[in-house]
Amino acid sequence: MEITLQVNGTRRTVEVDPRVSLLDLLRERLGLTGSKKGCDHGQCGACTVLIDGRRANACLALAVAQDGSDITTVEGLADGDRPHPLQAAFIEHDAFQCGYCTPGQLCSAAGMLAEGGPSAITDDLATDPALTAEEVRERMSGNLCRCGAYPNIVTAIVEVAR
Amino acid sequence: MNRIEGHDKVTGRATYAAEYPVEGVTYAYPVQAEIARGRITSIDAAGALAMPGVLTVLSSEDPPELAPDADPELGLFQRREVAYRGQIVAAVVADTYENARAAARAVRVTYQEDPHDVRLRSDHPGLYRPEKVNPFYPADTEKGDVAAGLAAAAFTVDVTYTTPAMHNNPMEPHATLAVWSGDGDLTVYDATQGVSTARDMIAKTLGLPAERVRVVCRHVGGGFGAKGTIRPGTMLAVLAARAAGRPVKVALTRQQLFDVTGYRTPTIQRLRLGADADGRLTAVDHEVAEQSSTLIEFAEQTATPARTMYETPALRTAHRLVRLDVASPSWMRAPGECPGMYALESAMDELAIAVGMDPVELRVLNDPEVEPAGGRPFSSRNLVACLLEGARRFGWEGRDPTPGVRRQGRWLIGTGVASSTYPALRRPSQATATVENGGYVVRVAAVDLGTGARTALTRIAATTLGVPPEQVRVELGDSDLPAAPLAGGSMGTASWGSAVVAACEEALRDGKHGAADTTDAIKAQEDLARHSFGAQFARVRVDMDTGEVRVSHLLGIFAAGRIIDEKLARSQFVGGMTMGLGMALMEATVTDEEFGGFSNHDLAQYHVPVCADIERIDAAWIEEDDRHLNPMGAKGIGEIGIVGTAAAIGNAVYHATGIRVRDLPITPARLLA
Ligand code: FES
Ligand code: FES
Repeated sequence: MEITLQVNGTRRTVEVDPRVSLLDLLRERLGLTGSKKGCDHGQCGACTVLIDGRRANACLALAVAQDGSDITTVEGLADGDRPHPLQAAFIEHDAFQCGYCTPGQLCSAAGMLAEGGPSAITDDLATDPALTAEEVRERMSGNLCRCGAYPNIVTAIVEVAR
Repeated sequence: MNRIEGHDKVTGRATYAAEYPVEGVTYAYPVQAEIARGRITSIDAAGALAMPGVLTVLSSEDPPELAPDADPELGLFQRREVAYRGQIVAAVVADTYENARAAARAVRVTYQEDPHDVRLRSDHPGLYRPEKVNPFYPADTEKGDVAAGLAAAAFTVDVTYTTPAMHNNPMEPHATLAVWSGDGDLTVYDATQGVSTARDMIAKTLGLPAERVRVVCRHVGGGFGAKGTIRPGTMLAVLAARAAGRPVKVALTRQQLFDVTGYRTPTIQRLRLGADADGRLTAVDHEVAEQSSTLIEFAEQTATPARTMYETPALRTAHRLVRLDVASPSWMRAPGECPGMYALESAMDELAIAVGMDPVELRVLNDPEVEPAGGRPFSSRNLVACLLEGARRFGWEGRDPTPGVRRQGRWLIGTGVASSTYPALRRPSQATATVENGGYVVRVAAVDLGTGARTALTRIAATTLGVPPEQVRVELGDSDLPAAPLAGGSMGTASWGSAVVAACEEALRDGKHGAADTTDAIKAQEDLARHSFGAQFARVRVDMDTGEVRVSHLLGIFAAGRIIDEKLARSQFVGGMTMGLGMALMEATVTDEEFGGFSNHDLAQYHVPVCADIERIDAAWIEEDDRHLNPMGAKGIGEIGIVGTAAAIGNAVYHATGIRVRDLPITPARLLA
């Protein structure tokens, strides 16, 4: 099937097998290997990208269902040569070790910062709570990091959220 | 300092094994055994071969040619016997991943099934004493009279702890891209912890000279031991590429990882401790039962830390192994020390309670002058300093040992302590340093699996050369570089760094180039007991209505020689402690006794810590000046962080609740039982 989608600001028209996930489309066919595959089952967050500005697991999205959508991957976060503030903060705070979860953490954090609203641990559901370390930990728990860089990830995100 | 490859990693430019762009790449997908033990009677590939895009099917119907002495795990498709459920018995190569996966399901394997035995128990009749335990330790040691020491003791503890099978679960699943050239040379992009080791193992399995094989690994998404040596997936890519005459990519799924890439053996550990009226140990006996597969003998060195930790006139350590119809276990972060210290340090806590002594004091009192089992002097030993500094920072003084009495709302609060230790060894390595374009290029076949090796080696070279780090470029991750040992056993930086220092010193003398090989220097070093030590403190809260345990604070103080880079070191320690928290509270792979294999094999059912589980972790270290290690004065730090964490948390849970859970993980169900 032929689909057209916008990837990191570029229009791409591709012929895809209906079984192909968005993640495999990016990694195996479009040469965008920044998005990682950690589980292929929506359990780790390594594949997180932004679909129309919202964070989503690319391994759980079928490519054919993305016709017309606007995808941002880690390769598209920076503004040309200027790194996204999250990217700079991750480097500065050593928010990764092996780096394999990092693209997902970054896209997830970028999506999360734009979300607002209460989370499962917010006391007052009517408010838009401040992004404290505790709120960030809760909202970022869909992104596993086996290297255990969590404290630094939280520090980096909280700094950018301010 | 910030990681040298940091920019590449945050922009998605860092290339991992499955990501090298290779013209004409194809995909192999494994077919796994559906029985735990028996014989393959036939493999029918006709249906698979007729499916779209399929290039070939590999199986024992037509065994690929390998070296006759190939390791039985790596020598794929050579035998008809099935050793464990999940073993790779066939594979399909196709033009796309989707086609390979679909066709793999169409391969019909029929078996003659035999009854299996997959359950580790301490009275298993098959338990035996292995020749040695990993990597080269005696299986048993005995000094003094343990029975007499226990009989004479004023206080004794006789307890059995168990730890379940655990899986490393690096975030990057094992992946390999194999490319054969027209003249029979092989290039392998592999997710591995050691390119020289991987090259040698691949060449040996194929029966090829090592120079015909090149292994490249610029970035690897964690390993924690699971990528220490090559696993069957690597050989699958190599053999499939040879059979298909095309480059082949194998990216194992998370589920497949559980079956074919190794795991930490479950253990059953009996600890008998005796102490006199003052708390001085009179006897220590540590006996371990653990498992391996029928294919290989993998004997984890679980009781070895007891040989190092505490002064006692009578000390016995013993390992017993049983070969079951299970997947082959392998290395997982601090193999041996990690499960062994969980049991020893939990038992020490129980002894402190029996004696009526503070657990920090008990450990300080029993700190030895020389290594308890062998009598060798220590190159340096600062466990006591770690315990005291940790106690000071944590606010340990004045702790009321009474369990189950501190309450905050619905939470019961408790604190616990445990010691950490890990050997500080080195392996021979080569390296070169060359003046190029006004700076230096350092070459060594090291691998950076997230440890920060690239950055640490840059700093080591820059310090030796007396230049700023920007003037040094370190090349690693390629077996064509000067041969180096794998990143494992916390030996990477010490081994590679020694060679880098020597090469840089020679380059300074020469003005152009230096080359080093540390084999002789390591052979010539003094016979000393070299170990890192540490102390870990935990504060937990337990909801006794739900059994939920939350770790409010973890503090680790380590004595690991000179710390080469503070930022990287802190990340390593914290990462190890995080995995230790997982071990304490959630990590367990459950053996499927009915069908063999593991019942849980994905990240929805094998839980690792998530961001919300980590409230506060602090890691710090004490200055240690040890001249008997290596030119950097550094001890490895990759593993010690996980050693002792689970015991500290378990001890804190006891302090909070008065419930001693002796089987990991400490789940709500076990606390409420
Ligand atoms: S790869 Fe998509 S969530 Fe793990
Ligand atoms: S940095 Fe390795 S998994 Fe997060």
